[in-house]
Amino acid sequence: MHEMSLCEGIRSVIEDAAVKNKFSGVKTVRVEIGKFAGVEKPALEFAFEVVMRGSVAEGAILEMIDLPGAAMCYDCMKQVEIESRLDLCPTCGGGKLMPIGGDEMRIKDLEVL
Amino acid sequence: MCTVCGCGTASVEGHGHRHDHGHHHDHPHDHNHSHAHDHHHHHHGDDMHFGQGPAGVEVPGMSQERLIEIETDILAKNDRYAEVNRAALSALGSFAINLVSSPGSGKTTLLCKTIEMLGDQPLAVIEGDQQTANDAERIRATGAKAVQVNTGKGCHLDGHMVGHAMEHLALGQNAMLFIENVGNLVCPAGFDLGEDCKVAVISVTEGEDKPLKYPDMFTVSEIALLNKVDLAPYCDVDLDLYEANLRRVNPGIEILRISAKTGEGMETWVQWLRDRLAAKPAAAPVAQG
Repeated sequence: MHEMSLCEGIRSVIEDAAVKNKFSGVKTVRVEIGKFAGVEKPALEFAFEVVMRGSVAEGAILEMIDLPGAAMCYDCMKQVEIESRLDLCPTCGGGKLMPIGGDEMRIKDLEVL
Repeated sequence: MCTVCGCGTASVEGHGHRHDHGHHHDHPHDHNHSHAHDHHHHHHGDDMHFGQGPAGVEVPGMSQERLIEIETDILAKNDRYAEVNRAALSALGSFAINLVSSPGSGKTTLLCKTIEMLGDQPLAVIEGDQQTANDAERIRATGAKAVQVNTGKGCHLDGHMVGHAMEHLALGQNAMLFIENVGNLVCPAGFDLGEDCKVAVISVTEGEDKPLKYPDMFTVSEIALLNKVDLAPYCDVDLDLYEANLRRVNPGIEILRISAKTGEGMETWVQWLRDRLAAKPAAAPVAQG
């Protein structure tokens, strides 16, 4: 979803950090993306390259770190790790899973020049 | 005038105003720490060359490549705007819902009917669409206060747009605020507007598998309104399967079967709204998060 808006968010965080930490170029941007964040990685990569043009992060490499999806099973009341939103509970086979983790979209760190 | 960002005008009624803000909030942990990268002064024979690293300068005691920890949510800026909106609503003791759905699920008709049934309950509406002020005009025809936000090319409302719209509406105490998001089952799920809860509107004509195809939106919604149930007999729809699929992606979701057209289920929905407003602490002098 809205990968372009996300990249604008990334750009604005980087520009704030550039003023604060006084750097003039960014080599690598590392982001953490949860399984259920709704982020399409190739689309994010594409938008990143376009949105960063003209900024301190122009030409930077985007590194994406996957974070697992976690859910609470309303049948067995256990916290489980799942691959997809429509997975059944790996413990009891139940279908009532409430996602409780994996929606992260965070900028972890920047390697700067 | 925006109290958060200081920008001049709000994006209302076709004046597509999307601007970048140049204000810098502090982020919780951006501290930099030098990493063990090699220093870029290279030996060539007896010559030592400094300043040939990527940055072109040599700063004593500092490697030219640094790692800066950011640990900030990508949508941190939006979330700050949303928190300001939420605090403003809490200070008024007012209750806000964010109506999300695909285009054509009947949100505006539902709102018009809801407003009519709420009678003298103070309320206001923010209408989000890419273009036109049609929806705000429909709402105003009911006598309610409404402001149209055109997102232009944008696919969702964000916290900043809603903050501006709220200033225009000058919402009163113990009021209800209805935010009709852009018709889209994908992006609005990720953008907090400062609302008390998201309400998904889904109509029987859309097909029972919509919750499975677009799970994000139904996972973040507290209640789903299964609208246009009067059409169910004509479109081969299994309402129980619709509900089962909604619960499959959100076991905690409340579901109401309604028809904004015939009025079926509308009393229950209006009572749900009244109960939620009543449950919210009354206007307090100090803003609460």
